[in-house]
Amino acid sequence: MNFSGLIHNFGPLTVTGLAQGAIIALFALGYTLVYGVLRLINFAHSEVFLLGTYASIIVWGFFGLDQNSPTPGMFAVIGLIILGMVAAVVASGVTAIGVELIAYRPLRRRNAPKLAFLITAIGASLAISETVGVITGRNIRGVPRLIRQTDVVVIGNTHITNLQILIVVLALVMMFLLDRFINRSRLGRGIRAVAQNPDSAALMGVNQGRVISLVFLLGGLMAGIAAVMYNLKIGVTRFDAGFLLGIEAFTAAVLGGIGNLRGALLGGLLLGVLQNYGAGLFGTEWLHAVSFVLLVVILLFRPTGLLGESLGRARA
Amino acid sequence: MSSTAATPGKNGRRLNGNLRGWFARQPVWVRIVGVLAVIALAYLLPYTAEIPLIGPQIVTEGIDWPSALFNMSYYVLLALGLNVVVGYAGLLDLGYVGFFAVGAYTVALLTSPDSRLGTEWPWLAAVPFAIAVAMISGLILGWPTLRLRGDYLAIVTLGFAEIIRIVAQSTETLRGDRGFTDIPHPPGQQTDGSALFGVRDATPYYWLGLTVIILVVLGVRNLDRSRVGRSWLAIREDEEAAEIMGVRTIKYKLWAFAIGACIGGLGGVMFAGQQGFMNSGTFVLQFSILVLAGVVMGGSGNIPGAILGGALISYIPDRLRGIQDPIFHTDLFGFRFAIFGAVIILIMIFRPQGLIPSRRRAMELKDREKEAAPS
Repeated sequence: MNFSGLIHNFGPLTVTGLAQGAIIALFALGYTLVYGVLRLINFAHSEVFLLGTYASIIVWGFFGLDQNSPTPGMFAVIGLIILGMVAAVVASGVTAIGVELIAYRPLRRRNAPKLAFLITAIGASLAISETVGVITGRNIRGVPRLIRQTDVVVIGNTHITNLQILIVVLALVMMFLLDRFINRSRLGRGIRAVAQNPDSAALMGVNQGRVISLVFLLGGLMAGIAAVMYNLKIGVTRFDAGFLLGIEAFTAAVLGGIGNLRGALLGGLLLGVLQNYGAGLFGTEWLHAVSFVLLVVILLFRPTGLLGESLGRARA
Repeated sequence: MSSTAATPGKNGRRLNGNLRGWFARQPVWVRIVGVLAVIALAYLLPYTAEIPLIGPQIVTEGIDWPSALFNMSYYVLLALGLNVVVGYAGLLDLGYVGFFAVGAYTVALLTSPDSRLGTEWPWLAAVPFAIAVAMISGLILGWPTLRLRGDYLAIVTLGFAEIIRIVAQSTETLRGDRGFTDIPHPPGQQTDGSALFGVRDATPYYWLGLTVIILVVLGVRNLDRSRVGRSWLAIREDEEAAEIMGVRTIKYKLWAFAIGACIGGLGGVMFAGQQGFMNSGTFVLQFSILVLAGVVMGGSGNIPGAILGGALISYIPDRLRGIQDPIFHTDLFGFRFAIFGAVIILIMIFRPQGLIPSRRRAMELKDREKEAAPS
C-alpha cells in the first residue's frame, strides 16, 4: 500500500482517470440502453467496440498510415479522425444490429428464458473476438499517432494534454446529444415507451422491433466513437481489447445505475478515477481487479446503482 | 422419471417412442447389464485405434489418443460440475474456470518443489485439501453473490475468475507466468516396478479420470433425486414461488455452488497431476465459456447430455489439431473458441434443449413457447 504515492500523484491520477472514464462512459451507454429497454446484458457489446477499433485502423491504413508514420498536419488530422469515426461508427452499428438480428431476435420470438439470451450473447462475443484473434494472429495492432500529445495545462505535477481534453469534451458532447435524443425526439419517446412497458407501447402503435434495433444502433454508435478515442489514447488494439474494457464499462453502467443514461456517464468517470487511485495505491497490475471488486461491492450494497435504474421512468 | 415415461396418453406415447423410453421399460437386470457394458466400453476406448477401418478415423492425429482421452475426461468432469450449477439450479456461472484454477493451484502449492510452502507432499495427500479449498472458495463467492439477480450473478462470477487469474499472475506466491514445475504424478507402480502414472503413456490417467467421473455421476445423480435436487428444480423454474413454498433458496443455491466448485476443483487436481506444470496462462476465461458451451450443447440439466457435451468440446478441437485450414493456414485447433461460440448461438436458436435433452427441461421450454405473444 503506497499512500504517499497516491497523495503525491493525486492530480495526475485524477486527470488520467477522467480521460479513461470518459471512454468507459461512452462504452457503458451501449449496455445501459439495451438493458433499459430489454432487461438484457448485451454481452456482445464488447465486440461491437472491438470491431470499431479495427475499422478505424483499417481506414487510416488506406491512407498509408501505420504506427511508425509521422503525425500529419492539423487539417489532415481532423479529417482523418472524422473518417476514422465514421468507419468505426458504421462497423460498430452494423455489428450491434447484426448481433441483435442473429442472436437475440429468434430467441425473443420464442419467449426463451432469460438465461438463454445471456448464453447466446456470450456465444456471439466469443465467436467474434476469437475470429478476430485468429485473423490477426492474436498480435497487437498499432495505431497511427494522429495526435502528438502536448501539455496544455500544467498545475503543479498535474499535466493535462490536448488529447485528454479532446476525449472528455467529445464524450460530454455525445452524451448530451444522446440525452436530448432520448428525451426530446419522437423516436426517443418510442424508446422510453418500450422501456416502460413493451406490450402497451406495442398497443399504442410503437413498432417494437424497430425500436429495439434503434437501441442497439445507438449503443453501437457510442461504442464506435469510444473505439476511436481508445485507439488515439492507448495506441494499440488486440482481439481481447473489447472484452477487458467491456467488463469495466459494464461495471460503470451498474455503478451509475444500469438503464440510466446519466448514470452511465457518472459511473464511467467515477470508475476511471477510482481505478487509477487503486492502481496508485496497490500498483498498476491491480488496475483491473479494482473494477471487479468494486462491482461486487456495489451489487451487494446498492444493486440499483448510484442514480437508480430508470431509462423509462426518467421524465416519464 | 420412469413413471412419467410409462403414463399413457398423448405425451406418454411421444416419450415412449424413443430409445430412452424403451430402455426405461426394460427389466432391472437388462438396464444394469446395459450400463455396465457402456462403462466397460468406455474403459476400452484407448484401444480404439485397433478397430479396423473406423478406428483410425476416430483417433486424433495432432495429439496422442490417450492424452486426448484424458483431456476429454477432465472436460467431462468440469461439464458435470457446471451442469449442477447451470443445469440443475439454473445459476449462470461464467467463472467456473476459477474453481478449476483453485484446485490446480492448491495441489501445486502443496506438492511442487517451486512452492514457497516447501511442503512437497505427494499428489494424493494434496487431493482432499485441494477439493476442500475449492469448495470453500465456492462458498466464499456464493455467500455474498447468490442474493443477486441471475444476470448480475453471471457478471460477478466472471469477475471472480478474472480476479483469480490476476492474482495468479501478479503475486509472488503463485509465481505468475513462471508457474509451478515438477508437480508429482499420482502414486502406483506397474508390475515391472516402473511408475504407473508416467509421462509417456496417458492411458492410466484416462482410466483414473473415468473412475472419478463414474463416482461423480453416482453422487450427482443421487443428489438430483434427493430433497436437494427437488429444491434445485423448484429454484430453477421459479425462484420466488419456491421461496414461498418454503424452499430455503439461498441454502440450496449455496449447495449447488459448493458442489459445482468441488467438482471443478477435482478437475483441476486431475489436470495438475497429469500435466506436472502449470502457470497463470493455463486458466483463461474462454475456458469457462467453452465448458458452458459443452453443457448447453449436450443438454443442460441432464447427466448424459453433460458427458456428451464435455467430451465433444475436448474431442472436436483435439481431432482438428494438426490440420491446416485452407484460408489462413493456421492450425484448426486455434479456431476452437470461435467455433464453439458460433455453436452456442446455433444450439440456443435451433435446439435450446441440447443434443440429449432433459425431458423436464424440454417441456419447460415448450411451455414458454406457447406463452409467447404472436408477433
